[in-house]
Amino acid sequence: MAKYDTPMLDELENGPWPSFISGIKRLRDDHPDERINAVTNSLLGQLEHSYETRKGYWKGGTVSVFGYGAGIIPRFSEVADAFPESKEFHTLRIQPPAGNHYSTSSLRKLADSWEKHGSGLVTFHGQTGNIMFIGADTEHTQTFFDEINDFGWDLGGAGPDVRTTISCVGAARCEQSCLDEQKIHRVVTNNFQDDVHRPALPYKFKFKISGCGNDCQNAIERSDFAIIGTWRDDMKVDQEAFKGYLDTKGRQYIIDNVTSRCPTQALNINDDDTLAVDNRNCVRCMHCLNVMPKALSPGDDKGAAIAMGGKRTLKIGDLMGTVVVPFKALNSEDDYEELVELAEEVIDFWAENGLEHERCGEMIERIGLANFLEGIDIPVDPNMVNNPRQSSYVRMDTWDEEAEKWFERKAEA
Amino acid sequence: MSDAPRPPIESGVPDGFQFMHPVMRKNYGNWAYHEDPQPGVLKHVAHGGDVIYTVKCATQRILDVFTLRKLCDIGDEFADGHVHFTLRSNLEYMVAKEEQVQPLIDALEGAGFVVGGTRNSVTSLSHTQGWLHCDIPGTDASGVVKSMMDELIGEFKNWNMPNRVHMTTSCCQINCGGQGDIAINVQHTKPPKINHDLVGNVCERPSVVARCPVAAIRPAMVDGKPSLEVDEKKCICCGACFPPCPPMQINDAEHSKLAVWVGGNHSNARSKPTFQKLVAAGIPNNPPRWPEATAIVKKILKTYKNDAKDWERINDWIERIGWPRFFELTELPFTKFHIDNWRGARNSLNASTHIRF
Repeated sequence: MAKYDTPMLDELENGPWPSFISGIKRLRDDHPDERINAVTNSLLGQLEHSYETRKGYWKGGTVSVFGYGAGIIPRFSEVADAFPESKEFHTLRIQPPAGNHYSTSSLRKLADSWEKHGSGLVTFHGQTGNIMFIGADTEHTQTFFDEINDFGWDLGGAGPDVRTTISCVGAARCEQSCLDEQKIHRVVTNNFQDDVHRPALPYKFKFKISGCGNDCQNAIERSDFAIIGTWRDDMKVDQEAFKGYLDTKGRQYIIDNVTSRCPTQALNINDDDTLAVDNRNCVRCMHCLNVMPKALSPGDDKGAAIAMGGKRTLKIGDLMGTVVVPFKALNSEDDYEELVELAEEVIDFWAENGLEHERCGEMIERIGLANFLEGIDIPVDPNMVNNPRQSSYVRMDTWDEEAEKWFERKAEA
Repeated sequence: MSDAPRPPIESGVPDGFQFMHPVMRKNYGNWAYHEDPQPGVLKHVAHGGDVIYTVKCATQRILDVFTLRKLCDIGDEFADGHVHFTLRSNLEYMVAKEEQVQPLIDALEGAGFVVGGTRNSVTSLSHTQGWLHCDIPGTDASGVVKSMMDELIGEFKNWNMPNRVHMTTSCCQINCGGQGDIAINVQHTKPPKINHDLVGNVCERPSVVARCPVAAIRPAMVDGKPSLEVDEKKCICCGACFPPCPPMQINDAEHSKLAVWVGGNHSNARSKPTFQKLVAAGIPNNPPRWPEATAIVKKILKTYKNDAKDWERINDWIERIGWPRFFELTELPFTKFHIDNWRGARNSLNASTHIRF
């Protein structure tokens, strides 16, 4: 096998950070399977060509496995004449376990299957959260999928469908978790597997789950349906541990880095060196818990805040999700059922009313939050806004009825 | 194939508990607090007294099976065989005993992996596919990340920053890399070059017209063929037409540049989540090492490190010192392009006498 010269890629083997080029070269030079040697040699040749010309040379197409319409990202080379062995180099998107937990034996098993069928290149994980098996021809997308599907792995979303969900490490290892992320992730996402595998929606729809307001899964900004942990009762304060922080860090440090950084001035140090918390004005931002994890913890009445409509740039610009449900308790099986029903309601309404290639957040922007809420049968709540309307240019001839709804809800509560 | 096709098993999301470290399974939902004993190491303590240590290491993200098996070998020999991947493709090993931590770190570093990325460090850049696999990329994120992290490795391994720094790169303006404290993204500067011979056959023209954010595309007959034309005065060179219509080539070796954005923050801690803001553009897309982009990133990081207070993320820091001071300290030019003119832009203007001197 004649190896392509890769003088520019070779530069990426220098330096202390692990090199992806060295990894691809190991497959080219050291792998026992000649097919993998040839495919990765060809891939390196095409990649070097991209580096030289500053252009990409992959185009999409249509490839799927039997019974599904999504989950494979097809890639056909536009320069296959020059680099024929990697002319078909599709990616399989595989849904990760909830919380991205793996055993080494599960990873080995995936590696064993992948090198039988594919290029030997894999990423944990792509930007949506899939395991990405990069580089299989059309025939082997099916054979690889058949093999790993038999031991519990399923394809993820792609195109206009419900996409793969991600969730944080959460309750498995984090004291700040306010949710059972494992359960939410599987109960919600597995309810929509038909919509994951068979694209029939206006555009993509993503769920993401973060166990607290630190939102380490970027749910508010990157998902259509963000489920984020919070709590309603008082945060827990271990006053002894707080005194420990005062003693070791110093009073000024705690003033500068804890109390004065509270966004609602809800914290004060008492004269006796205890911490006072104004829980009614605490917005559960997580800052003080981050600085003093031994002293402060979430309360016991935990649940989820749900924000909807986050997305990236295409087409109207970046949108953060908007609070639609300020608090959803998730204690009983009925609670979980209600969560799933809400997600179904939202997806149904958007599927009915969204334009082609319009994300849920863009539809909300186009029709207004109030119409969206009416469509999914959720009552308005001042937690949904930063501030009430500023413009007087609005028709309000049903004011009395709307005000009455507010008083009725208050009376029921 | 003579056999009947195999129907898929629609199993969906695998159960995470089967792969979890037994100490984590046992103490699920019952953790009390954590400590940070040293960079790259977490110690979590459960209410019942159980302890789990985490060692976090960076990899090259695009893993070959040899590297993946090497990581598994280390996990079996020096850890307990259970791992967790972070959002930024760092690999975390969990061990039950403190005495396992240092040999595990030594084994990882001995094999060329990098331990760190916790607390107030610069953690791994999250990035996108680029020339290696994407159909619309303007650059190769893997190469940009490798080049930058070679120079920022000391910031990954240490706690030098005022607070954590999340960096991202994206290979086009769709920006699937997402928001970052610092983001390095492709920014096209010329309208697409249209191959009119192909448009009629390859592209669903109404969809392409609808995709344009500024209504600059219209159907046209060119040389007797149905095609599309772009009003180049309106065109914002975003590249949104390129994915649905590959004959509208947006990528250009010379004119697809890099831009740097700062202040994106997903966390609700202190302030509400924020979007990143443009600070530098016109940066050459210069493989294989992208030195110009790295130089700007290092300058911003150095300024942040020197000037921000503890716990201030980049957006918190700039909120305190103001944008004029940011441009003064980083010595980056402020141009007319920094003034937003997209929808809602007036909300970003200063309608006050709040001016720093």
